[in-house]
Amino acid sequence: MNYKEDFPMLNTDIIYFDNGATTLKPKCVIEAMDDYYCNYSSNAHRGDYKISIKASSELEKVREKVRNFINADMSDEIIFTQGSTESLNMIINGYFKNKLTEDDEVLITKSEHASNILPWFELENEINIKVKYISLTEDHTVTIDNVINCITDKTKVISLAQVTNVIGDVRPLKEIIKYAHEHGILVVVDAAQSVGHINVDVKDLDADFLAFSAHKMLGPTGVGILYGKYELLNELKPINYGGGMNVSFASPDKIEYKELPYRLEPGTQNIAGIIGFGRAIDYINKIGIDNIEEYCINLKEYLVNKLKNINNVKMYNADIEGSTLTFNINNIFAQDTAIYLDKYNICVRSGSHCAKKLEDELSIKNTVRISLYFYNTKEEIDKLVKALDNDKILEESLGV
Amino acid sequence: MDNTLKREIILDNYNNPTNRGLLNKEDYKKCNRNSSTCIDNFNIELKLEDDIIKDIRFDGEACAVATASMSISINKLIGKTKKEALEIIDNYEKMINEEEFDKELLEELIVFEDIHNQPSRKKCATLGISGIKALISEDE
Repeated sequence: MNYKEDFPMLNTDIIYFDNGATTLKPKCVIEAMDDYYCNYSSNAHRGDYKISIKASSELEKVREKVRNFINADMSDEIIFTQGSTESLNMIINGYFKNKLTEDDEVLITKSEHASNILPWFELENEINIKVKYISLTEDHTVTIDNVINCITDKTKVISLAQVTNVIGDVRPLKEIIKYAHEHGILVVVDAAQSVGHINVDVKDLDADFLAFSAHKMLGPTGVGILYGKYELLNELKPINYGGGMNVSFASPDKIEYKELPYRLEPGTQNIAGIIGFGRAIDYINKIGIDNIEEYCINLKEYLVNKLKNINNVKMYNADIEGSTLTFNINNIFAQDTAIYLDKYNICVRSGSHCAKKLEDELSIKNTVRISLYFYNTKEEIDKLVKALDNDKILEESLGV
Repeated sequence: MDNTLKREIILDNYNNPTNRGLLNKEDYKKCNRNSSTCIDNFNIELKLEDDIIKDIRFDGEACAVATASMSISINKLIGKTKKEALEIIDNYEKMINEEEFDKELLEELIVFEDIHNQPSRKKCATLGISGIKALISEDE
């Protein structure tokens, strides 16, 4: 496939290595959204006229595509949201807030993204649940044994990223979920960094809830998915109420809400974004998810081997199979390295990457992160390595 | 001032910044400055006696430009009256924002006169001094 032809951004002089933050968008995604705005702009599930019926139908086609993509049982289990953050907040505040009671324990890790920590912290403040950390191994990964060691009679939920955004390890979720279910524990999966990068099959995993974002897998920003097993999702109380989600409301004691999925999708959805997201799924399916995973693993290996030849580079997750590399240049603050690379139009992320609890584990607060995707190339990595092979990085980052 | 000298001054102040380390004394005013868009984070302490800035201290993690500009600002502002300091800071901000400014007044701070060429560095170059300005102005 000719990615340069498909991705307008690949025809700029930018080298984009910040795919963990958001991915580039192929033309077909942008065109599908334009097509909606130009040719059948209307609200979905509202009108009795042709273009509205088309908008509704296109939106529902995407729900079915998502269902198929993550192998859910029913399209009613697929809820459109604004992104992983909203999905996780809905799961935690719409379901668990009503199910958990004082001293119930939730297990997470210190390498979770803020979106899988803060809503739990707030719940601890509100209803006195206890947030506990599964200890990480020396290479900052999760093992089934470490999970088992942290489980007590009070453990009710395990909430984990399938792939973490700093270390990039793929957690052994299938094993963890099997063990959890045998002990009456529900599992929430933050799949923001995994869907679109590795094969995610909710039935095979037996995940109870799963959240991800369109924009981290070629889709537009502002669209996400909340997946839940039907019987659990059916008990998730809406966070927002309004149009599109009700059947009737005569008085406070006479309210009737719609069935799933519409009950959890109040207001007008991001229709253009959802339609664009559908094309993103088509594009990924065309390449093949396993091909994407394999390509990224090989590209990271190539990157690691090249960086090993540079003396000043300290890598934190070189041996982890995946698409993310976290590193620092000795004695140079991560942000200075990132600003230096920006001079070469190389986009990398510096900072704590929204995983602010991870500093306890890495004993370093700030790192530079390279997160790869299938359109990145060895040539781009060669340019990065050439730029980093310089003992004047700090001087040249100063802007004078 | 040529660029080699500018770089030397910046790196010297980054590697050996003036007054790094907090005193946690009661007669110091305190504030925190962190950037919402990057990872720079400073705690700043400032001691005023009558109208004079007697001492400024700082601590925290920040990039080379933020740390160096904090250090050079401290060198420049200790011993100044509040009015003198605010005038210097005002000129410094004008320089960063590419407005007309008084070069003579800024002395070493002019090492950052071209920082606007790298927009991502503008916040770094003003983070610390904005904290100093807030602590001085608080007293007005």
